[in-house]
This record gives sequence, C-alpha cells and structure tokens, in this order.
Amino acid sequence: MTAPTPDKPQASLAFVLLLSVLVVATCGLIYELLAGTLASYLLGDSVTQFSTVIGAYLFAMGVGSWLSRYVKGDELSIFVRVEVLIALLGGWSAAALFLLFPLVSDFRLALYGLVLAIGAMVGLEIPLLIRILQHRFAFRELVSNVLTFDYVGALVASVLFPLLLVPQLGLIRTGFVFGLANISVAIALLLILPRSRRNAADLAAALLVTASLIAGLFLAERLQRWSEVAFYQEPVIYARSTPYQRMVLTRRSGDIRLYLNGNLQFSSRDEYRYHEALVWPVLGRVANPAQVLVLGGGDGLAAREILRDRRVQRVTLVDLDPEMTRLFRDTPQLAALNGHALASPRVSVHNADAFRWVKEARGQYDAVIVDFPDPTEFSLGKLYTEHFYREVARLLAPGGVMTVQSTSPLIAPRSFWTVATTLEAAGLSARGYHAYVPSFGEWGFTMAAHGAIPPLAALPPGLRFLTPQSEPLLYQFPPDMARRPTPVNRLDNQALVRSFAEEWGPYEG
Amino acid sequence: MKADRRGVLAGGSALAAAALLPPGCASSPPFPGALSGPDMARGHRLRDGRFPAPDGPAEERVGIAIAGGGIAGLAAGWRLLEAGFTDWVLYELEDEAGGNARSGRNAVSAYPLGAHYLPVPNREARALHQMLDQFGMVTGRDAAGAPRFDPTQLCADLEERLLWRGKWQEGLYPAAGLSADDQRQRDRFFAEMAHFRTLTGADGRPAFASPMAYSSRDPALIALDRQSFAAWLAQQGYTSPPLLAHLRYASRDDYGSELDAISAWAGLHYFAARRGWAADGQGDSELTWPEGNGRLAALLRNSVKGHIRTASPVFAARADGAGAVLDRWDQQAGRAIRTRADLAVLAMPHFVARRIAPALGAAPAFSYSPWVVANVTVNRLPRGPGVPLAWDNVSAGSESLGYVVATHQTSSAGNGPSVLTWYLPLSRETPKAARELLQSRSLSEWQGIVRNDLLTMNPDLDGAIDRIDLWRWGHAMIRPTPGFLNDPARRAAQSLKPPLLLAHSDLSGLSLFEEAHYRGVAAAEAALRALGHSFTSLL
Repeated sequence: MTAPTPDKPQASLAFVLLLSVLVVATCGLIYELLAGTLASYLLGDSVTQFSTVIGAYLFAMGVGSWLSRYVKGDELSIFVRVEVLIALLGGWSAAALFLLFPLVSDFRLALYGLVLAIGAMVGLEIPLLIRILQHRFAFRELVSNVLTFDYVGALVASVLFPLLLVPQLGLIRTGFVFGLANISVAIALLLILPRSRRNAADLAAALLVTASLIAGLFLAERLQRWSEVAFYQEPVIYARSTPYQRMVLTRRSGDIRLYLNGNLQFSSRDEYRYHEALVWPVLGRVANPAQVLVLGGGDGLAAREILRDRRVQRVTLVDLDPEMTRLFRDTPQLAALNGHALASPRVSVHNADAFRWVKEARGQYDAVIVDFPDPTEFSLGKLYTEHFYREVARLLAPGGVMTVQSTSPLIAPRSFWTVATTLEAAGLSARGYHAYVPSFGEWGFTMAAHGAIPPLAALPPGLRFLTPQSEPLLYQFPPDMARRPTPVNRLDNQALVRSFAEEWGPYEG
Repeated sequence: MKADRRGVLAGGSALAAAALLPPGCASSPPFPGALSGPDMARGHRLRDGRFPAPDGPAEERVGIAIAGGGIAGLAAGWRLLEAGFTDWVLYELEDEAGGNARSGRNAVSAYPLGAHYLPVPNREARALHQMLDQFGMVTGRDAAGAPRFDPTQLCADLEERLLWRGKWQEGLYPAAGLSADDQRQRDRFFAEMAHFRTLTGADGRPAFASPMAYSSRDPALIALDRQSFAAWLAQQGYTSPPLLAHLRYASRDDYGSELDAISAWAGLHYFAARRGWAADGQGDSELTWPEGNGRLAALLRNSVKGHIRTASPVFAARADGAGAVLDRWDQQAGRAIRTRADLAVLAMPHFVARRIAPALGAAPAFSYSPWVVANVTVNRLPRGPGVPLAWDNVSAGSESLGYVVATHQTSSAGNGPSVLTWYLPLSRETPKAARELLQSRSLSEWQGIVRNDLLTMNPDLDGAIDRIDLWRWGHAMIRPTPGFLNDPARRAAQSLKPPLLLAHSDLSGLSLFEEAHYRGVAAAEAALRALGHSFTSLL
C-alpha cells in the first residue's frame, strides 16, 4: 500500500476505528464486570468470584492476543467478524447465565467457558486494530492513540457500571445494551468500507445479531421470570424481594401457589384443609370468640376462615412484612382467595415483628392463631420458645384457646412434639393434632389453653374438610407420629431449630 | 511495577486497570461517626501531676472513700451497702462510672463500648451470683438450688460462626480441610483442657477457678506461670496451624495479647476455668445484653445511687495517721478538694494508682494491651454463604476479632437495622507503639480499616453501613505476662493493708468482669473488717 492521500473516506475510517477502540474497551470491561457480579450474585462470596472471573478473563485476553499472530489476510473484515461474535456472546452473557443457572449441573463450567470465550475474542481486538491502523499513523502516535482510547474506555465502563447501569438497567439489559454498542462498531465499519471489500454475509450476520439483541432487550423482564420458572416448574406470575423475604407467586391451571424464600406457603387447591384445621378446632372450642389474634398469616387466609364466624368482632393480625399484607389486600386475584379479609373493617393489620409486638401488647384475646414460617433459622426459632409462649399466654383470655402451626409430625416428629412440650413448660396444657394437606403432606398443629382444653362445641356448616364427626380423628396419631419426649425450646438453647434441621435435612437434600 | 503493568496492558487492553482494584481499595467514603475514648485530657493531666494541691485543711470527712468507678469500685460500693454500711463515697474520673463496661446508644440500638458479655459464673463466684440474683436475672432454681437465668438475658442465637475458606461455619474452630494430624492435635488439646477443668490441686482446690483467687496454689500448677503459653504449646508438641490460630484468637479475645506474651497458666485458665453454675444446661451460656456489660454497670450504678461523684479525678492519696487523705479535682467547681477518710479503696488500674499514691512504690508498672472498638450502624443484617448470622461472627483471615450483633436477642425478623460491635486488640505491636498508633490515626483512617475488614468478611454489607463510631482504649486490658502470678509487685499490691486498699482486676492479672467484681468485694470486706463493721463474708 502506498502512502494514502488523505481523502475523505480514509480519514473517517481512521476516526471510526479509533472511536471503536473506546467502545470496544468499554464493552470488554462491562462483560467482565457482568460476569463477576453475576457470579457473586448466584454463587456468593464475591471476593472469590470477582478475583477468579477477572483472572480467567485477563488470561483469556492474553490467549487472544497471542493467537492474533496467526490471523492473516484482510484484518479489517476479520475485526468486523470478531466484533459480531463478541456482540453475540457478550450481549447475551448475562441473560444466558441467569437462564442456565437453574438448568445446568455445573454452573461454574458454563460461567468460565463463557468468560474464556469472550476474553479471548476481546484479546484479539487491540492487536488487530493496531495492525489495521499501523499505516495510518506514525508508530509513536499510533500507540499513544490506541492506548489512550483504551484506557478512557475502561474508565467510562467502570464508572457507568455501578452508578448507572446496574441500578437503572439491571444486569440482563446492560448486557444487551453493550452488545448493541459492539455490533454498531461492526456495522459502522461495514458501511464505511468500499463496496468491493464489503462481505454481504458479514452484514447479514451483523443485522441478525442486532435483531437478537434488540429482542433480548425488550424481553429482558420475561427472561428474568423464565429463569425463575425453571426453578419453580410453574409459571411465575409475581416475584418480588422485600427486606425480609423473596416472595414468588406461581399459577398453573388455576392453582395459585405462594413461595417465601423458595418454601411453599400454600397451594390454592388444598389450602382450605390447612386453614380449616388451623382455625376451626380453636373457634369451635371457645364460648364467645369476640377478639381473635393472628400472629403471622399475612396472606389473610386464616383471617378469611375466622371472619366466617359472626361472633368474632375483631381480628388483630400481626405480620412482619407490609409488602405481603399489601399484596394480599390489593391484588384482586389474591384478595379473592382470602375473600377480601384484609380489607374487612373487622380486621386490623399490624406490620411488626411479632416477637417484639407481643412484648408490648396488652389486652385479652379469646382465640390466638400462631402461623409462622417453619423454624428454619435462629431468628424464627425465637417465635417457638417458652419465653414467647409465656408472652402469648399473657394475652390469652381465661377460657381462650390458641393453636400453633407446628411443622410435619411425620417428617419431623421430634420438632412437632417439641412445640407441645414447650407450650406445657410455659404453663399451658397442650394437645397435638394433624391433617393431611396434599401439597404439604401430613401437617401438624398444637392447641393450647390455660386449663384443660375444652371439648368441641360446634363447627359452622359448609366446611369442606372438618365436620363434627371427622374432627376427633385429627387427634389420633399412629406410632410413626406418636408423642415422644423432647427438650423444651428455650431462647438460650434453640433446641427446635437444631432438631428441625436434623429432621428436615434428609428431605431437602 | 508501573512499567510491568503497562507492559502487560500494551498487548491487550487497559481493562485490567480498573478491574484489578477490588471495591475495598478505593479511598473509603467518610461515614458519620465519632472518635472517642476515655478522657485522655484528664488522664494525662493526672499522669503529669498538673492538678494544683488543695489549699487549707480537709473539707470533707467520710468513712470509706472509693477512688475509681469501674466494675471493681462499683462492686466494692455494692458490697458495702449489702453489709448495711452507708458512710462511703465513690469518686470517678470520667463523666460516667462503668469503666470498660460502659455503653453507648443511638436510634437503632444500645451497644457496648468494651466488654459485652459475662459467662454464666462458676459456683465459687458467690458474691457475683448473689448480685445477679438481686438484679432480677434469676427466675427460679432447680432442685439442687442452681439458678435458672432469665432466657431473655442470655445469648439467644447461634453463638458463633467462623468465616473459613470462603464459607461461614458454626463454631470458632475450623471444621473442614484439617489434616489427620490437625484433627489429632485438636482432639488431644481439648481432651487435655477437659482434664484440667476437672483437675484438683494438692491443696484440694480446683486447678483453675473463676475468680482466679480460688485456684489451687499447688506448685506443680503454679509452675505453668513461668513459661509463655506459646512455649508450653511447643513443649507439648502442639504445632497444628489451625490449632495455633484458634488459640491465638482466644488469647487476643480474652487478654488482648499474642500467645508468646501471656503466661501458660493464663492460657490454660481461658480453657479450663469455666464451669458455669445454672439450671437447665444454661451453664455454658453467656449473659449478654444489647449494651453488653453496660447493663451490669447501669444496674450497679443504680444500686449505689447517691454515692457516686463523677468528673472527680482523685489525684493524690496517702495514709495519714490512722486514716487516709485524698485530693481530688472537682471538674464542675473547677478546684481541688481534700477529703479525710477512715479508709480509702483505690479501685483503679495499677499504673494510675502508683501515680496518685507514691507510697505504693516505684515498682515497674504492669503492662496493658490497647484495643479499638467500633460500633457500626447498619441498615440491614449481614448474611453470607454458609450458616446464617450468629451473635459472634469471626473471620479466620482477619486480624480483627470480628463483630457481635447488638440486636440478636430482641428481634425475630431476620433482617432490619442493627449495630455491629467490631473488636481489634492491637497485639502485634508493643503496647507503647500500639498506643502511639491509636493516637495518630484519624477517624476516617479507622473507619476505612473497619469498613474494609467488614466488607471483606461480608461483601453483602456494601451500601448498608450508615455510621461508624470508634472507641479507643489505650490501656484496655492488663496482660497476664509469664510470671504474673508470682510478680512481687502484684503480690505487694494484693497484700496492701488499711488505711489504703487496692481493688482492680489488675490484681488478678486477668481483665475479666468476674475478677474486677471479686477484687471490689474483697476490698470492701477488708475495709469493713478494718472498721469493725460486722458482716457475713460472701467470699
């Protein structure tokens, strides 16, 4: 090639190439940050994840740079192809990793495979660009120009990523946006090139990748949900993280399910069995249940049962998470499930930590329904202690009856009977009972009262599960669920959390 | 270095430059917070003898004057009132009595500034048991008479977790990745400690007791004091790195010192003296509160209300005829006042007592380890891979002792704002060099250190820190250096006769609540005996 006359297309090609260094540097760092962030998000331990992702990425860049020596022929069109490939891999990287996470058995393999592939491609870019530009600038100027734009691009990316991209776009959209930036470099170069050097297949590939990235950008929201669908195996209709829990609602052919932190809370198909068993053995034993206290139960399903009893004047419901009670009050589909109980003037909702609330609470309740998540953690374990039951007993009127959701007596018999032992240690009389709820399996409850537990007086008509004839069966335990000696669950021993983990562990793998 | 990096980047791209900086290395953002500590101005004025002598004769007369309102001084006062003796006054240098057990409070929670728990005391700690009972911490007794402690005042969470190999595990001893030899040494060490725990000396006393004054004086056991814990471990063939790291943690936790700086007797005391006496298996538990031992300090202050004069540093004390004379600076009145007492109890660290009472002699001062305590207000609770948050959270890879969670007893929410109390004993440097470091570092430097350490343990706390308050303890803990049991200076201090008595955990050589309490009670009983006041001993 002779010294080029500075005609217009040549000048603009040099400018576009230098600009592309900036874009390419920015995109390259963004993909690296995406992989690191995603890995720490999905695998935890961000120090390890970030450092191994960065290490693998930089190493792969070195491999790419080294491989560039074997690249021969038309450097510019090879550079364009590299850009198309990076745009596809990098642009889809975040979405692909999210989708793959629940599907693949070894997520690290997918992660590092992708990181190495992108890294190697990015490592090819700068050597190729330097070779393309070597006849357009003096060497001194060339190195200065390329490295300047490269470093500036890195700065742009590292500032944009935490301040703007992650908070505003999220990880998946950020990937697509920078994939589009990469592909626009390829398309701009293709358009500037004289027709003779333009490859129609390259242009078609570039446009195809562009289309896929734009589609991905618009489907980002749905992509995120699909990845949860893979986890839940049912279509997710609502998902939200509150400060306290991850709430996910799914629906499949009319069956609505609520999961908190991945644990099933109810299935609309059979929750009536659970909630009738939770509520009616209690209300059916209280002479006049005017005041009812519900601890937990933010889905309003227990409140729905309680409100059927016209004797009940007021339901006081204490649930930690305002988002939970708001969702089940304001979403028509969900409010229909609880019969709009949370909007009833007879229900007052307090969003508070029940452990603190009972300590401050005054007054007397004729019935108390305690419906907390299972004692999977020490914080929740406090809600099953002798100390807590003493506070609840203080709020239980003479002649009042309470019940406690007490996990599965079949899977976790020691944990189940620990609740009865603990209620007794708190000075109450206690009685375990159980019901079969298909989506849960065999499930247990523990009833308690100040004196002897009164006999069942009546049940309302129209219940689907309980009748005066079937109710006594709830109290019969075959040997595999029969009562056994257990320790008292106290704040200072947290015996229940330990036995719960031991008994449920084998079932959760 | 710079050229190397450029060389690497020239072949590729500058991406690395930004990416290689981990988040913690960026200059740390300033947080709201305060840099505080014991009143250094008053302390140094006392050290330098810059208080003017009072003019004229003694203005006040009192039966017993207690100088110093840490746990020892407060316990002495509590003991006097228990015996029905009311003619006494306590003078405190700071604006609030409580010493190492003081606490702070903000909108989120109360929090400790120093000591944060009291293990359920041994049966031999009779005075302490009586005090806890009196403070309403005992809800009942079992058939054998062992106290049943109020569960809301005991640790109510997973007690401790350790960040080990990128994952949180239960307990403070590494559970994974131990070689067969590591496991053998661990089992041998803890079996040996179990043996020491039940061992009795030739004099019939337990080998190691708490308070330590009840320990056996069997020469075979006392001989352990002649060597360092590090030397004893080496001699016994304990070489396992995880074991030594764990023991180093323990030594820094209780004594603020490295393994070679403490006596083997003190090292073994940590593991072999604890036999908590309580019903329902509570003996292994800890009494703790959001404000840490600030609760005990407040209850003690309350029990001796009306007897405490704060902001009143005693700067001179001497025997005078049958009684004692004390000069103190009254910060509020801005003048010195002289008090004549039948008897004076100097309830202060020994390095201070020696300055104000030259009669104690010029023996070299005991040595003290400096500490930094940070209270970090967070808007959400820490998490991390592995077991969930515990009360005490320690990283095997950190120089700090980790953090405790102030709100662990009061919430079942599993999230929400809290205060994390972070501890760092400056044990690597000599105490003097460490104290210089303590003074020279700025608030934002300390905040940067605390933040980086916390984020390395819990990257999930990024963005969750609302403020960091620092508390510097120049002389936080007496160091039980080899030979401390038979140190002539300590022996002389223990056997002081009226009208001047000493009361401080320095006399035990172990900076523990039980020791301070014991020394306070012992001084009070010695004072009552000297004054002919009748009482039944609690010792």
